Amino acid sequence: MRVDDLSVSFRAYAGLVKAVRGVSFHLDKGETLAIVGESGSGKSVTMKAILGILPKNGRIDSGSIIYDGQDLAKFTEQEFYQIRGKKISLVFQDPLSALNPIMIVGKQITEALTLSLGMSKERAKVRALELMNAVGIPDCETRFHQYPFQFSGGMRQRVVIAIALASDPEILICDEPTTALDVTIQARILELIKEIKAQRGLSIIFITHDLGVVANMADRIAVMYAGKIVEMGTSDDIFYRPVHPYTWALLSSIPDLDTKEALVSIPGTTPDMIHLPPGDAFSPRNKYAVALDFEREPPMFRVSDTHCAATWLLHPNAPKVEMPELLANRIRRNAEERIADER
Amino acid sequence: MSAEELRPILEVENLSKHFSSKRRGRTTVVKAVDGVSFGIWKGETFGLVGESGCGKTTLGRTIIRLYAPTSGTIRFSGREVSGKMTGALRKYLTDNIAMIFQDPIASLNPRMTVQEIIGEGLKIRGVTDESERRRRVEYMLERVGLQAEHATRYPHEFSGGQRQRIGIARALVVEPSMIIADEPVSALDVSVQAQVINLLNSLKREFHLTVMFIAHNLSVVKYVSDRVGVMYYGKLVELAESDEIYHHPLHPYTKALLSAVPQPDPHSEKSRRRIFYEGPQAVPEGALAMREVIPGHSVYCTEAGLAAYRRERDA
Repeated sequence: MRVDDLSVSFRAYAGLVKAVRGVSFHLDKGETLAIVGESGSGKSVTMKAILGILPKNGRIDSGSIIYDGQDLAKFTEQEFYQIRGKKISLVFQDPLSALNPIMIVGKQITEALTLSLGMSKERAKVRALELMNAVGIPDCETRFHQYPFQFSGGMRQRVVIAIALASDPEILICDEPTTALDVTIQARILELIKEIKAQRGLSIIFITHDLGVVANMADRIAVMYAGKIVEMGTSDDIFYRPVHPYTWALLSSIPDLDTKEALVSIPGTTPDMIHLPPGDAFSPRNKYAVALDFEREPPMFRVSDTHCAATWLLHPNAPKVEMPELLANRIRRNAEERIADER
Repeated sequence: MSAEELRPILEVENLSKHFSSKRRGRTTVVKAVDGVSFGIWKGETFGLVGESGCGKTTLGRTIIRLYAPTSGTIRFSGREVSGKMTGALRKYLTDNIAMIFQDPIASLNPRMTVQEIIGEGLKIRGVTDESERRRRVEYMLERVGLQAEHATRYPHEFSGGQRQRIGIARALVVEPSMIIADEPVSALDVSVQAQVINLLNSLKREFHLTVMFIAHNLSVVKYVSDRVGVMYYGKLVELAESDEIYHHPLHPYTKALLSAVPQPDPHSEKSRRRIFYEGPQAVPEGALAMREVIPGHSVYCTEAGLAAYRRERDA
């Protein structure tokens, strides 16, 4: 899949909300791409555009979403039926509202099979039990006839994953799949997604606000801010060699178990997407902003073959700025531990 | 040192809260909190961790008597507050302990302005002068990093982090000596979590507060707490200073919690082994108790378990 220069806007009462502004990325087969950003950064809207489930007042202004030789951005609702839930599936954030509360979970899984794949009821049930087993739901036969309220949060999310996997998709989009869960359950669900990916050769787009969560999941990471990708690279690039001040800020705000220094928070809030500030949208919150940041938007600068970022700091004439000391220390300490471990 | 400082400000002894439900004539009892004892010192931040359903919220709510305890005693500043609920006791509790809730959307009345939400506690406490209330609300808003102009707005006009600040202002405006913060940052983005945690820490110093911080994420709890208690299925299973619990976790459940915290380091994440806790082994009733491994570090275990933990701690 390749997304090129995608822009999405919403007509709202107060004006035009430019939720996604020129996003480009590609997803290789068998790869996990994480899209990371705060609430309102446009990460979920990007995902909705890919699946053709934008709300009525939303519109793709420009750009293309090429999948399997076709441009999904120009698809009609009818054509999406062939893709959505079949080739591309979605795992929602909140498993309780994603499931029908008055339908047994077995039916909700077989529904995906009988409706979209035209399986017979009997075969669908066998397949559904297999899927429940594959996502680690114990005692499938009993569980099959139970309602969502009889499941715990983690088990519900497993049901949602089973439904998403029912049609044997090529791409799985996970929209904050663990945000509503406890850390211990989160760890288990992440392990499960990794396992399934390896077994089925899935490609995954993993959307989250927590960089910590994607550290052991993602092959590549795109950091989004105010509707734009501000930095993209392999997970090593982003965690060990970040160059964009916003990525620095995100990384610094993760609590560190090793030290007790004050957390570095990002001052201010995300900008008003109707009246965006001129220049770089992050500049009002960016303590490393240069004068040009307030006037012109930075283009994508290439750092290496796999790594690029949109910040004027990478311009050859820009002042030399190092990442925050706290973050540099943490990365250095992690590297030292790693070397020590290898010995 | 006065006698008051030799005792914890909040003492919880053998506290239990059981919920029973009847269905088809059969009564089932859920032991949400089961024989929990601990103390919180004045000016301390006490962290309480555990997963959903382990009883940590019930414990917090029983302490400020939103629930009546099934058994056990709670003392605040030496006064017993676990007895029969009277008007005077309710007033004593609400004057001294305030609560910050998890969900910044559900815990603010959408039809009240920020002024009304924060000022309500003052009104109840007999601050009848409108301008005095306004002055104190505006002062509080500025202390939590909002602006005086925000007083006339409604909750829906604020972001999640800002709403949580309103919840904090509401708790602090009545000048309590202790705060119970029940998962105050779980519903927020990571970058906003940091803002709220830093705010809580600085307000704690400014107002000399005692804080009980309830959360499911050990990394967040460790950041704010002096001491940490770990809960599992209604029991307190480990209690120690926060550095001690991080460097020398002993109870298997604490280890599982620690191993589940995601770290921003792909290499160590990929090689890291997650520990999953499958519940305690069967032991005879009454053999388990909180036992001190080293001073200040106790684990819920048997006599034999204690010896093993001591060896592990020394190793």
